[in-house]
Amino acid sequence: MLWDRGFCATCLIAGTIWHVMENSILFSMRLSLQVAAVATIFVVIAGICVAYVLARSDFRGKELVDILFTLPLVLPPTVTGYYLIVLFGRNGLIGKPFYDLTGLTIMFTWYAAALASFVVALPLMIKTTRAAIESVDRNLINASYTLGHNEFETTMSVILPLAKRGIIAGTVLSFARAMGEFGATLMLAGNIPGKTDTMPLAIYSIASSGEWSQAHSMALILTVMSGVFLYLASRFTKRIV
Amino acid sequence: MGLEVSLKKKVNGFSLDVAWKTENELAVLFGFSGAGKTMTLQMIAGLMKPDEGIVRLDEKVFFSGKKGIDVPPYQRSFGYVFQDLALFPHMTVMKNILYGAKNIPEPERRARAEGIIKAFGLDGLEDRLPSEISGGQKQRVAFARALIKHPDMLLLDEPFSALDFPLRREMGQFLKRIRRDFNIPVVLITHDLGEATILADTMIVYTHGSIAQAGSPEEIFRNPSCEEVALLIDRTDIRFGN
Repeated sequence: MLWDRGFCATCLIAGTIWHVMENSILFSMRLSLQVAAVATIFVVIAGICVAYVLARSDFRGKELVDILFTLPLVLPPTVTGYYLIVLFGRNGLIGKPFYDLTGLTIMFTWYAAALASFVVALPLMIKTTRAAIESVDRNLINASYTLGHNEFETTMSVILPLAKRGIIAGTVLSFARAMGEFGATLMLAGNIPGKTDTMPLAIYSIASSGEWSQAHSMALILTVMSGVFLYLASRFTKRIV
Repeated sequence: MGLEVSLKKKVNGFSLDVAWKTENELAVLFGFSGAGKTMTLQMIAGLMKPDEGIVRLDEKVFFSGKKGIDVPPYQRSFGYVFQDLALFPHMTVMKNILYGAKNIPEPERRARAEGIIKAFGLDGLEDRLPSEISGGQKQRVAFARALIKHPDMLLLDEPFSALDFPLRREMGQFLKRIRRDFNIPVVLITHDLGEATILADTMIVYTHGSIAQAGSPEEIFRNPSCEEVALLIDRTDIRFGN
């Protein structure tokens, strides 16, 4: 009887732990996908615009703009995160007026995780898309003009369709990078369980507390997902060359 | 009346300074590569901006450095055929041709496309991509695309240079037919002497960014103005003093 009760209690506790564990993995996965998806939508819009301007126009300070947008690719993510705090923190250049106006701050919310992922993934999108736009044959663009189509129509009918593979590759790479973002997210969104702990942050917490089996499975999931994304990106980039 | 061109442009150490006029006829820009022929054509079409000069067709001024006029290329209503033809690789033959008929209302637009496809012997190829048709067919698609809007002038940048000789002769006849049917000025770039003499009403000979001689092919053959022109038209029998 006693043994029975003990067994039941153990099962109950184990079940609960398993349930909580599963839930936290699922939560992190869902949050990671959500953060990466939202970041990628903005990365695609902003990335195509910036890449287009860099590829198609000449202006003073163009290379400076290029360097500025490329910096997050080489800076330690903590430095990128630091700048984002300076800009968007509650006392930040943009964050303070926003807080004074609305009483809201993006710090330590999933929005902050999306913002961090956006900034870190953007250079990949810009680099890939710019190269794809620049590789569109100049004569095809000129032909479109002589056939009566202005800059905007030419962009929509000729330039973007011909740069499509590069744009898709950039999108996939950016999504993969956004999924794996850690440092800047930690600085800006913190590592709050059940709120801002995306998969990389959750793995950090779990590994720090020695829960290896869970860390193993999460790391494996993230590795497989990233591998699939890289494979997709390489399939698209190979065909644009 | 006719086309008046006067262009000056300095770019990367190359200097172009040319001025010529043609009537409603076929003018050939003739000369070695790098003499400024393509640059001239691009400036007529508005694809490159001259430092100064004039581009005028009949009464309409398309570029004037003095008056600050520079009509963008998409408002110039000229047909342009590029050396590499520049067919859009992602569009079918039909879509390529329709792309040239932008401001024509719908029933008329499709009727014109079908008419020109028939006239140029492209029937049955409407749904093919440029990569799926032959060199000669590509040429005709490029011409159809440039002509469907009934342009005021046709600019041709060595469109036949990639073709074999028999096909080239055929395309020459094709071009004469276009001249007759559309009755518009044509400016053709070539460095093929046979093509130039057979097709040209007026020949404008370019050397190093300027005009060495202009006139009918007969005049130029009879009396080349300098050694370089003589070399270009293969009249090495004529001697020029230093």
